[in-house]
Amino acid sequence: MSDHPSTYKPGSAIERWLDTRLPIIRFGADLMSFPTPRNLNYWYTFGGILAFCLVVQIATGVVLAMHYDPTGAGAFISVQRNIMRDVNYGWLIRSIHANGASMFFLAVYLHILRGMYYGSYKAPREVLWLLGCVIYLLMMMTAFMGYVLPWGQMSFWGAKVITNLFGALPLIGKPLTTLLWGGFAVDDPTLTRFFSLHYLLPFVIAAVVGLHIWALHVPGNANPTGVEVKSTTDTVPFHPYYTVKDLFAISVFMILFAVFVFYLPEALGKVDNQVAADPLKTPAHIVPEWYLLPFYAILRAIPDKLTGVLALGGAIAMLFILPWIDTSKVRSMRYRPTYRVLFFVWIVAAVTLGWCGSQEPDGKIFPGDAGPIFIDYGINTVTWLSRVAAFLYFGYFAITPIIGLIETPLPVPDSLYTPVLSHPAGVPAGAAAAPETKG
Amino acid sequence: MLRKFLAAAPLAGPLGAALLGAGLFAMAAPVLADTTEAPLKDVHWSFEGPFGMYDQQQLQRGYKVYHEVCATCHSMNMVAFRNLGDPGGPFWNPKYPNPNDNPVVKTIAKGAQIADIDADSGDTIRRPGTTADYFPSPFPNVAAARSANGGAAPPDMSLLAAAREGGAAYIYSVVTADGSKAPPGLTVPNGKFYDPELPGDVSSYYKGNPHKAPVGGFIAMPPPLTADRVTFDDGTKATLDQEAKDVSAFLQWASDPKMEERKVMGLGVMVFLLLFTGLLYASYRQIWRKVGH
Repeated sequence: MSDHPSTYKPGSAIERWLDTRLPIIRFGADLMSFPTPRNLNYWYTFGGILAFCLVVQIATGVVLAMHYDPTGAGAFISVQRNIMRDVNYGWLIRSIHANGASMFFLAVYLHILRGMYYGSYKAPREVLWLLGCVIYLLMMMTAFMGYVLPWGQMSFWGAKVITNLFGALPLIGKPLTTLLWGGFAVDDPTLTRFFSLHYLLPFVIAAVVGLHIWALHVPGNANPTGVEVKSTTDTVPFHPYYTVKDLFAISVFMILFAVFVFYLPEALGKVDNQVAADPLKTPAHIVPEWYLLPFYAILRAIPDKLTGVLALGGAIAMLFILPWIDTSKVRSMRYRPTYRVLFFVWIVAAVTLGWCGSQEPDGKIFPGDAGPIFIDYGINTVTWLSRVAAFLYFGYFAITPIIGLIETPLPVPDSLYTPVLSHPAGVPAGAAAAPETKG
Repeated sequence: MLRKFLAAAPLAGPLGAALLGAGLFAMAAPVLADTTEAPLKDVHWSFEGPFGMYDQQQLQRGYKVYHEVCATCHSMNMVAFRNLGDPGGPFWNPKYPNPNDNPVVKTIAKGAQIADIDADSGDTIRRPGTTADYFPSPFPNVAAARSANGGAAPPDMSLLAAAREGGAAYIYSVVTADGSKAPPGLTVPNGKFYDPELPGDVSSYYKGNPHKAPVGGFIAMPPPLTADRVTFDDGTKATLDQEAKDVSAFLQWASDPKMEERKVMGLGVMVFLLLFTGLLYASYRQIWRKVGH
């Protein structure tokens, strides 16, 4: 898996026998002893947290599938009556699964932001980054199809809105939507195929996660300084140093998770989804789950449907091309003062888009009048705020190649261990990246 | 510990917290566009907060209101008679861990007439209910329900509290609204009632500036409750307010019957997780104590 020398010594006859046939224990031992930069901070724990999330989603999902009926007539009843009321701890398993999706996305967004901030996508880790983008895309597909399964009002109408987007594509649009629907409208066949794919895709995700970890272990971890590992003093074995740190972080994460599961089980959902799907009754506001809201806002910001769909795709595609549009030789934004500021602006733009996505297009930003109408909406409306935010979102990627060429980076340390020894002052945002004073 | 967790990285704790907060706000916030309904009436409920539980007496009174008033028009097809005797339910009795043995539940079930097919003749019959039966619907199908109610089928009540913004407070507000009083200038359509707390848009029924139209919406349900509509078995005076509160609490239970079990388990999980996290943090400090990082 990687070029670090194996330190595994088979301890018994049976281990020696197995080691020459299927060196699986050696494989595990090498993963555990993998040399890992000693300066990884808590933002690097989200990989472990995400692995935890995937396992939780698959484990709870397999149990839910045992009690779920993927038919238009039975889906809502099987979820709301059988699973929520009659299955032993069904309410708990479903609450973990439904809120787990949100937790999964929370963690993946922080994981992506960490990768962007510390330049983890740069050579030689482009494939690692690309595989991560693929996982994110698969996650969005899986989550969308999972949200359809309870067959409530928002499930049904969300499915209708999202599948209709594909209809905007030229030539393939219509046949593609028919294929997605399994007919000419969102109906039983749609639900059944979404269920089938919702069960399949997590295992595809698990496989790509395997590749993601493989691609991680070839170059080894990046780190907050962006300086590559140069000597053995730069690293510590993954176990016990990072197993314990990751476990602690997972445990903190579980506290937040449990708050939602036990005390706010429906807070992230929409009340409309507690009403069975009704094709004849459109809900007043069709809104996707929070983790898709920024993209929904970009879609709505553009008056032309096809352009909107392409912009939505483009917003995600930007992540894929990031390794090749970033021209800077410096990896970590710790040493990129200008790009760092733009990055925080980009985050604000993305969060603003998310808020816009949750609002009505003609909602007011400031109380009062919608303001003078510009093109189609008043300037004091959510639509215009989302246009400004979308401009900033894409502007960040447009300016990335230029910034890399004109920015004067701060001095980069000789080794990743230097800042640890010298307690640097030049850490961004006033936060304490400094090593702990004790231990 | 949490502060350190957030502050330990140069991405800045406040940023992460703001991101999380903004994200959670964005998804939890109702649509903030123009307000189209009056705020719901503020009621105190026993089931509020992380430790709040149902008031069993209230659930029993609420069941009576539901059974004698609501159930004449509304179905509740996800609740079975046995559920009334489940832990946290209106007639839960620790003497009968199996709710099917609970005499109160058995009596209630027996009092219902359930549509069935006679196994010998194949005829449609009505038989006394059993604890395993679900609450029977007042109408044989949705079309019949619609036809008998001026075109608007009364919604199923199993998840009514969960399916409305505001939950029990929403139901309380709707059933206590005085449907006879509409603001001047508003023409209430035939067979409808005006309620300022309902989401909706009444501007097309308003004579005058449509931007100044009153908030609220129309509902096909006549005001369902009056004082002394039911007689409570525990001697509580059946005022309109009392009936409304009790039936709202009962409908909250029907929507979320596992709430008590959930909150009790949640407390245990929280205590465990806090201790476990503390132990892991101590282990982390111990393992890293001699390693600069």
